[in-house]
Amino acid sequence: MKYSGDLVVAHPSGLYCPPGNFFIDPWRPVDRAVITHGHGDHARRGHGAYLAHVQSARVLRTRLGADIDLQTLAYGETVMLNGVRVSLHPAGHVLGSAQVRIEYGGQVWVASGDYKLQHDGTCTPFEPVRCDVFITESTFALPIYRWPTQHELFADINAWWSRNAEAGQTSVLFAYAFGKAQRLLHGVDASIGPIICHGAVEPLNEAYRAEGITLPPTLRVTDAAVTKDTLKRALIVAPPSAAGSLWMRRFGDYRDGFASGWMQVRGSRRRRGVDRGFVVSDHADWPGLQAAITASGAERIIVTHGSVPVMVRWLNEHGWNGQSFSTEYGDEEGVDAAAAEADLADQKQDNTNASDAIVPQDALDDNASTSADGERQ
Amino acid sequence: MKTFAALYRALDSSTSNRAKLDAMQAYLRAAAPEDAAWAVYFLAGGKPRQLVPTRTLRELTREVADLPEWLFDECYHAVGDLAETISLLLPDTDAAVERSLAVWMSDELLPLRGQPPDIIRERLLRQWRELAPDERLPYLKLMTGSLRVGVSKLQVTQALAAVADVDAKEVAQRLMGYTQISARPSAADYAALISPLATGGLLRDARGGQPYPFFLAHPFNAPLAHFDALLGAPNDWQIEWKWDGIRAQLVRRDDGVWIWTRGEELATERFPELEAMGQSLPAGTVLDGEILVWIASGSANQVTANKDTANNEVAHNGATMLDATSALNAADRSLAGDAALAVLEGVQPFAALQKRISRKTLGPKILREQPVVMMAYDVLEADGIDVRNESQQRRRERLEALVAAHPHPALHLSPLVRGDDWIALARTREAARRMGTEGFMLKRRDATYGVGRTKAEGLWWKWKIDPLSVDAALIYAQRGHGRRATLYSDYTFAVWSGPPDDAGRTLVPFAKAYSGLTDDEMRQVDGIVRKTIRESFGPVRSVEPTMVFELGFEGIARSPRHKSGIAVRFPRILRWRTDKPVAEADTLDTLLTLLPEANT
Repeated sequence: MKYSGDLVVAHPSGLYCPPGNFFIDPWRPVDRAVITHGHGDHARRGHGAYLAHVQSARVLRTRLGADIDLQTLAYGETVMLNGVRVSLHPAGHVLGSAQVRIEYGGQVWVASGDYKLQHDGTCTPFEPVRCDVFITESTFALPIYRWPTQHELFADINAWWSRNAEAGQTSVLFAYAFGKAQRLLHGVDASIGPIICHGAVEPLNEAYRAEGITLPPTLRVTDAAVTKDTLKRALIVAPPSAAGSLWMRRFGDYRDGFASGWMQVRGSRRRRGVDRGFVVSDHADWPGLQAAITASGAERIIVTHGSVPVMVRWLNEHGWNGQSFSTEYGDEEGVDAAAAEADLADQKQDNTNASDAIVPQDALDDNASTSADGERQ
Repeated sequence: MKTFAALYRALDSSTSNRAKLDAMQAYLRAAAPEDAAWAVYFLAGGKPRQLVPTRTLRELTREVADLPEWLFDECYHAVGDLAETISLLLPDTDAAVERSLAVWMSDELLPLRGQPPDIIRERLLRQWRELAPDERLPYLKLMTGSLRVGVSKLQVTQALAAVADVDAKEVAQRLMGYTQISARPSAADYAALISPLATGGLLRDARGGQPYPFFLAHPFNAPLAHFDALLGAPNDWQIEWKWDGIRAQLVRRDDGVWIWTRGEELATERFPELEAMGQSLPAGTVLDGEILVWIASGSANQVTANKDTANNEVAHNGATMLDATSALNAADRSLAGDAALAVLEGVQPFAALQKRISRKTLGPKILREQPVVMMAYDVLEADGIDVRNESQQRRRERLEALVAAHPHPALHLSPLVRGDDWIALARTREAARRMGTEGFMLKRRDATYGVGRTKAEGLWWKWKIDPLSVDAALIYAQRGHGRRATLYSDYTFAVWSGPPDDAGRTLVPFAKAYSGLTDDEMRQVDGIVRKTIRESFGPVRSVEPTMVFELGFEGIARSPRHKSGIAVRFPRILRWRTDKPVAEADTLDTLLTLLPEANT
């Protein structure tokens, strides 16, 4: 049976698959949602049924409620939804992140959610999936965005941390709680000094460890082992909203760094007012976007959140059929409000010193929605 | 270049003053003197004449990065800085060649200037291959203009003072003119900067036309009720109008005259009438004052006014010695025809000076139509002696005597303002805008002439009048530069063409502004802009007008070049009027009532 309509269309509630009657990462409550990953702007409350990768389960249940109707799949495993063949494939973005492959009536579409091509050791690496139509993000779709290698990145971070430790100054690294923080923990040289995580980060570390991802030992500031002397050599990993908060006061004269793809541009770093900007992103850089698009084999590319007009124009100038969808997904910068709530949740935890901390409601709102993606067509 | 690039990175990657000073000192101590000479030049704000047209840099970058023009432009708008954009787009290389900063300057960069395009192209392509990735940004910064890496000239001065073990004031003096555009600092120049102090601890003799460091004023914004407590009686202060021109020093030594602007650029040839005036002064004289375009209302009047100015306090009619009562009367009456204020009448708006300084060549017409004078307000050197350590009062006496002894049409004496108390003075100050000034300068009578913006020496305050303001709607947005890059932070504001009951009224753009919001507000505005974009015109986005801001500005004048018919000076955002709907933004009529002619 041939089907000539589009397998995914832009709907006011989200990306919608008409023959399958399901949504992908919808931003309004729907009956059936396929979730690419657990960041707040992609996984929202209130849907009737959820379908996600098995490694997203813990994060989704903690964040959206233990009682959600959640079906999980392994990468490559197939499920039929109203006769539409649906499978999930590694997106390399964060733990459990997936591209959604949809096959129906002789067509194959892939919705990538968020993805990156660099392998960071904390989630299954991106795998290209051949398709007729590829729906891609475009967060960093400008040629100025080229990420350093994992090796260069961590050499830089380790050197910074070592220098601070030798000077007896605490190093504070601001990074989003879900994904970025664990990637940094996984990559740093833990022999330099103790590592302390903010309360919004620690529950996610547990989620990663539970999936067998190796992370170095981490402490909380309230742990008895944390003394003034330990702090002098310590690396603190905290969400961006912790900057300037009461929580930071205990670190005295510390040095700070911010980990984000936006740090590629000096102005973004200076606006943050931090000492150092480390260029690290869980999104694809410009060469990465091009590589993923080429590897999909698709001729028709639909661009979502980010530098949409740039990506679309570039595609059309280079022989693709480029189009766009307007979505309500955020980008790396749209995080602060949510993280601030996480911060409050954390302060409560610090007070009670709960040992089996509950993931704060919004600690996972790494990409919490703020605005519709940058520009429209 | 490797060590200079490392210094650049260290300065760029710290927000700590201490760390920056340490990094500069470490660099200066380790660097070869010829490299340190250039490093100081750039760090202190030096900027050589354009070496390569920016168009060439753009085209060549597009070529090596294989980018269409529109995509390069998108990158540039996201980054907000040409040098940085290019540094992020150049392909990686493995053919880096190490050269010292001085060799880069003398053998590679400076010789590029004026070369034919094919030579420039060939050399740039080679240079780019020979740069290590970390060196790209500082290299391109040197090439495109100022380095701007978050260190002030004061910090550079402090670092040099520490390295030389010489007083920072002495170093500031030695640095005067060091960064002028045509300077080619050498190892010997650097050695002179850090040489030990001459015996006796005196400032060494100023050489040639070298100026003194400018003493800068601090803003004074306290409520009037606190003036007595904070300042004491007005009698302790020398009070003058704050002129809105170009701050400058006129140096008269040996056979020469030099005119230095506050930016430490030599501007003698821009102001031939001031050079001629300087020749009439005795050698060994340095004046501090304001360059103004000055056209007396009647030619006869001008002579009288100048004579009065020269005679100042001994003047028979007290023309320059305003007391608060008479100025107040003047403010109440029509200004024209008031003899007490006639002396101030010739000053032209800053726009006239702008017209004058934007000209490449000064023809007789512009010299006739936009003549300049120096409104002198201080003397720093008299009879070849540095008198900066004398009191303000003593220096004023010297200045008055000097002007009286050497009258010249292009030399005016900044008149003093008197008042019995601060309240009377505050009322006098209200006339400031109509007089073409920005308010008052308050200078303590016992203050010495300090270095830079320091309170240690004596006290100079600028007591400015409140800005004019209107509520305007945001209608266009553009991404910013520097630390505002990637955010929609540069805005165009509009007022309504008619009153609310005019159904056909439109929003008329009249000002662009980007400063005045907090980072947090800027992020919020950015979010709203992104959601309300209507159309793109290159980098500019038109947005649905939903936001109203109170805009402040220092001056307003008619301008046929602007759609609204007016131009405002120094517009900036005073606050975000989240309480006002767009329909309640001000109208063009409100704006027109602020024009100076509407008030006379």
